[in-house]
Amino acid sequence: MKKALSLVLALAMVLSLTACGGKEDGKTTTAAQNEGTTAAAQDEGTTAAPQGETAAGGETEAAGGAKAGVMPAIAKEDLKIGVIHITDPAEGSGYTYTHDQGIVGMQENLGLSDDQIVRKNNVDDSNATEIETAIQECLEEGCNVIFATSWGFMDTCEALADEYPEVIFSHGTGYKSNGVNFNNYFGRIYQARYLSGIAAGLKTESNKIGYVAAMGKDNSEVTGGCDAFAMGVYSVNPDAQIYVRVTNSWFDPEGETQAANALLDLGCDVIGQHCDTPNPQLAAEAAGVWGVGYNSDMSKDAPKAALTSVVWDWSVYYTYAVESIMNGTWTGENYFAGLKEGLVDIAPLADFCAEGTEEKISEAKEKILSGEWDVFSGLIETNEGEVVCEEGQTLDDATITGGINWYFKNIVAE
Amino acid sequence: MDLLIRFVAAAVAAGTPLLYGTLGEIMTEKAGHLNLGVEGMMSVGACAGFLAGYYTDSFALALLAAFGAAAASALIYGVLTVTLMANQNVTGLTLTIFGIGLSNFIGILALGRSESGTLKLPEGITAQMRGAGIPGLRDIPVAGPLLFSYNAFVYIGIVIAVLLFLYFGRTKSGLNLQAVGHNPGAADAAGIQVTRYKYASILIGGGICGIGGAYCAMIINGGVWVSNNVGGLGWIAVALVIFANWKPLNAIGGSLVFGALRILKFYVPKSVLPLPNAFYDMMPFLITALILVVTSMRKKQNLSLPGNLGNHYFREER
Repeated sequence: MKKALSLVLALAMVLSLTACGGKEDGKTTTAAQNEGTTAAAQDEGTTAAPQGETAAGGETEAAGGAKAGVMPAIAKEDLKIGVIHITDPAEGSGYTYTHDQGIVGMQENLGLSDDQIVRKNNVDDSNATEIETAIQECLEEGCNVIFATSWGFMDTCEALADEYPEVIFSHGTGYKSNGVNFNNYFGRIYQARYLSGIAAGLKTESNKIGYVAAMGKDNSEVTGGCDAFAMGVYSVNPDAQIYVRVTNSWFDPEGETQAANALLDLGCDVIGQHCDTPNPQLAAEAAGVWGVGYNSDMSKDAPKAALTSVVWDWSVYYTYAVESIMNGTWTGENYFAGLKEGLVDIAPLADFCAEGTEEKISEAKEKILSGEWDVFSGLIETNEGEVVCEEGQTLDDATITGGINWYFKNIVAE
Repeated sequence: MDLLIRFVAAAVAAGTPLLYGTLGEIMTEKAGHLNLGVEGMMSVGACAGFLAGYYTDSFALALLAAFGAAAASALIYGVLTVTLMANQNVTGLTLTIFGIGLSNFIGILALGRSESGTLKLPEGITAQMRGAGIPGLRDIPVAGPLLFSYNAFVYIGIVIAVLLFLYFGRTKSGLNLQAVGHNPGAADAAGIQVTRYKYASILIGGGICGIGGAYCAMIINGGVWVSNNVGGLGWIAVALVIFANWKPLNAIGGSLVFGALRILKFYVPKSVLPLPNAFYDMMPFLITALILVVTSMRKKQNLSLPGNLGNHYFREER
C-alpha cells in the first residue's frame, strides 16, 4: 500500500510540475529573449531600429533613399493571413487578447473579409511539432502571410521561411529575421510605463509603490519596464520608493494576487504590474487603493483602482505590415516602434488621478514624441549606486532590449 | 510585528483552498477511494460557483452550486470506479483533465456573451464573500486580525473540518465509513452497505473540493473570471492529505503551513535570506516527501491511513 501511495504522490508531484512547467514555457519565451536579443543586436545591429523609421539601422539598406520592397506585392483580395496564438483570444484580456485585437483592428482598417484571417489558438510555443502543424495548416488553407505572436514560434518560422520563400513570416518578440520574408516586431513599452509612473507618483500618499513583476532582474524586458516606471515616479515624486515582488511566471493568477497583497501589507498604495492577469489591480481595489494595469485597459476589471493602464495597440504594426505587403513595399526589416507610432500608449486616465497628472504626462509625452529626449537618457543611477548612463548619453536599443539588469535608484533593494 | 500578523492572515487566505481540497480528499479516501481528480473537481466547482454568483448575486447559491457541480463531477468518478471498477488513478487523472477543460470552456463561453468583455462579480456578492470578519471581535488588537478578520470561506472550512473530525471519530456512521475504507469485505459481512457508503463519501468529498474551487475563482482572482484559476492547488491538496495523516483537524494546521510556504517568497526580503523563489515553491513537496519517509520508517501500523485505499471491492471475488 505504501508503495502505491508513494507512487501516486510522486506522480502527483511530477504532474503538478509539468502543469506549471507547461504554463511557464508558454510565455517564458519573452524571458529567454533577452540574451538572444542582445546577441543578435550586437552581431547584426539590426534588431532594433532606433527611434523613428527614418533612422532604421543603416546597414540593411545600402541603396539609400526610399527602401525598395523585397517581396512582390500581394493584391488585397489574394491576401490570406494566418495568426498563431499561444492562448485563446477569447480570454478577454492579456497578451493574446491584445494581439488579436490588433489583428481585428488591422482587418477593419484595411477592409479584409473574415475568411482572409485564419487563427490557430492555444498553440504551445514550446512544442515544435505543434507549431509546425499549426503553420502548415495555415499554409494549406492558402495563407501567404503568417503572424506568429509568441517567442517560441521563432525557430519554426525561421525554418519554414526558408522552405516557403513566397510566404511572409512575421514574428512577435524574438530577434531572428532573414531580411526578406521573415522579420520580427516588438515595441518600446517602456515609454508608456514611464508615463504611467507619473500617474502613480502623483497619486501615492504613503510614498510606497508596489510593482508585481513576472520575472526577476535577469530579464531585461521586465526590469527595464520596471525602471522606466520608477523613473516616471521619480520625475514627479523623488521621495516615493518602489517595492518589487517577482512571481517567476508570465501567468500565475494566485501568485500575482499574493504578490500584490504582500505589497499592500507593506503599505504600498499604488500597484503597478508586468504580468498577465488583472489580479494585482483587483487586489488593490479590494484594499481600497490604486494601481496601473498592463496589456489591455484594466479599468474594465478594476474600475475603482486602475489609474490608467500601459497598453499595446498591435493594430498599428499589423496594419503597417499588411499595407506594405499589399503595396509591394515590404522590406523584411525588423520593427521596434513606440509612442510616436502609436504602438504603445497609456489608457485614458481615471477621473480619480491626482490633480495635475494629465499635464505632467502630456509634458513628458511631448518630449518623447519630439524625439529630444527618451526615457533612458541622461544620468541614471542604480539602487546599488552605480552609474549606468552618464549625463548627455542615451542607452542604445541593444542595451534597452537586452542589457537592463539593474534597478533604478528609487527601487528598494532588499 | 504588524507585518507578521499580516503574514499570518495572508497565509490563512492562501491555505483556505488547500483546506477544502484536503478535507474533500480525506473524505473520499476514508472510503478507500483515491480520487486524483481534486484539481478537476475544484475547477468545476470554481466555474459553477462563480457563474452562479455572477448571475444570482447570492453567496449562498454560489456555494451550493459549487458543491453541487463538483459532487456531480465526483459522481462520474464514483460510477466509473465503484460500479464499473475502473482504475482509480486513471479515472482521477482524466477527471482532472476533463474538469479543467470543461471549466475553461464554460468560462470562455460566458465571457463571450458578456457585454463588458469581462466577468466581474456584482457588488452584492463581493461584499458578502469578502465580509471582512466578525464585527466587534475583529477590532481586538492582535487576536482580532489573527482570528476574526477573515472571509466566510475560512470559517466554513474550519467548521467542515471539525464536523468531519466528529463524524469520523464520534459517530457510528463515521466508524462504518472507516471500516469500509479499511476492509470492505469485513464491513460488508457486518451488514454495512459498502457501495452506498462509498458513493456518499465520494460525492460529499467532491462537493467540499468544489467549494475550495469557488474560493479560487471568487477570492483569489478578486471576483473576475480567469481561465485555469485553480492553478495546481488541487495537486497540493492531494499531497496535503498525506501531510495531515488523513486527520481533518491536522488538515487545518497543514493547510496553514502550506499556505504560509506558498507566500513566504513575497514576505522574506532577499537581503535577509537570498533564496530563489523556486526554493519556496518546492518546500511543500519536499516536506511531504520527508513525511512519507518518516511515516514509512515507523514500525507501528498507521491506522489513519485507510487500509484498502486504491483497491476495488468486488463482493463476488471475496
